[in-house]
Amino acid sequence: MAKLPESASQTAGPYVHIGCVPEFAGLERGYHSQLGTSLRADLTGDPITIRGRIIDGMGDPVLDGLVEIWQPDGAGTFYTNGKGFGRAPSHAETGEFVIETVMPGAVIDQNGTLQSPHLALWIVARGINVGLHTRAYFSDNVAEDDPILSMIEPTRRTTLIAQKGSNGYQLDIHLQGEKETVFFDV
Amino acid sequence: MSKLTDIIPRDFSLHPPRIAPDYRSSRSRGPIHKPIGFATTMTEATGPTFGHDVLGPNDHDLLINHAVDGGSAIGPRIVVHGVLRDGDGRPVPNALIEVWQANAGGRYRHKKDAYLAPLDPNFGGCGRVITGEDGSYSFRTVQPGAYPWPNGGNDWRPAHIHFSVFGMAFSQRLITQMYFEGDPHIALCPIAQSIPDAAAIDRLTARLDMEATMPMDIRAFRFDIVLRGRGATLFENQMEGT
Repeated sequence: MAKLPESASQTAGPYVHIGCVPEFAGLERGYHSQLGTSLRADLTGDPITIRGRIIDGMGDPVLDGLVEIWQPDGAGTFYTNGKGFGRAPSHAETGEFVIETVMPGAVIDQNGTLQSPHLALWIVARGINVGLHTRAYFSDNVAEDDPILSMIEPTRRTTLIAQKGSNGYQLDIHLQGEKETVFFDV
Repeated sequence: MSKLTDIIPRDFSLHPPRIAPDYRSSRSRGPIHKPIGFATTMTEATGPTFGHDVLGPNDHDLLINHAVDGGSAIGPRIVVHGVLRDGDGRPVPNALIEVWQANAGGRYRHKKDAYLAPLDPNFGGCGRVITGEDGSYSFRTVQPGAYPWPNGGNDWRPAHIHFSVFGMAFSQRLITQMYFEGDPHIALCPIAQSIPDAAAIDRLTARLDMEATMPMDIRAFRFDIVLRGRGATLFENQMEGT
């Protein structure tokens, strides 16, 4: 069949919360099901929390952003029917997003290689013209020879690793600047 | 269980650059580094799918899904419909499409939108549908209004509806905007014009569809959407359907 060109991306704009997390945006009469709010309930595994902010090139937190999460359960199994999909909107005043989920299991890729546990993240906001794919790995659960991390120069690799602290994991997404997060063309 | 396939690389020449200087917000929010590519793995080849059970009875009808006491939203009544396909021309069935938009006066129901145009008590501005087996979708709404926005000059957005589209794989995820045929603001809009390819902008422009227009009731606009194509089979029988 003839190849069709992909529809062009456009920014999600400042009001992506209306469309994707209307209850969070304050719509009084939202949907009867809120998608992306039940990662931890839907997946078996050890509960974890990741907090962070999306930071722009001026060093300011993005207040109108949305982080989407896609992950397997604690055994590394991916599901259909929305299980393993999450949404973490930026807080309108602080910019903080909170991902409450379970530690994903390691995933075996098609070459038989083991990938360290990770979340796939997709970032959209006003000013982001094409949604940004990245990953979150875990500081206490990452293999030295991870096939994806090994492709990235060591100084930038750290941008993908959520740091474990007393309050769960911490991972900021830097859109620009010295700490610019590694984004993927996948 | 369905086969999981490779996702063909994105043709970035059809998309806005990460930084489009005339769209000021992108200057500080577009990454500087080029994204790093790698062969599709399980993580990208899989993705969330949703059953029709997630939908409420009026999720596809923005005319009434936020209305009170049997009312209806104010503005030109329209139905937007089309087909979701992938880059190989195959319909994408059972895919979630979410939409959001300003009301007919150009005002969003959001505490940070302080535009002069009033809110419509019967209009929320969001809806969602799941494509049929043939990839088709349809929803009813009002035609949104143009509105001014702070971009350094006298900038007005063309009337538009935001679309969030899920495919079969997380790497097919797409957010875009639909414009309306004949709107002179499209050519003036730094966001629409951030797309470097005129034909690609045209493909985001819905066409009046008189065949689907219902006499004395509602006008139809046609808007087809294309997601990235899939390639060779990577895995079989790997996903759990429960």
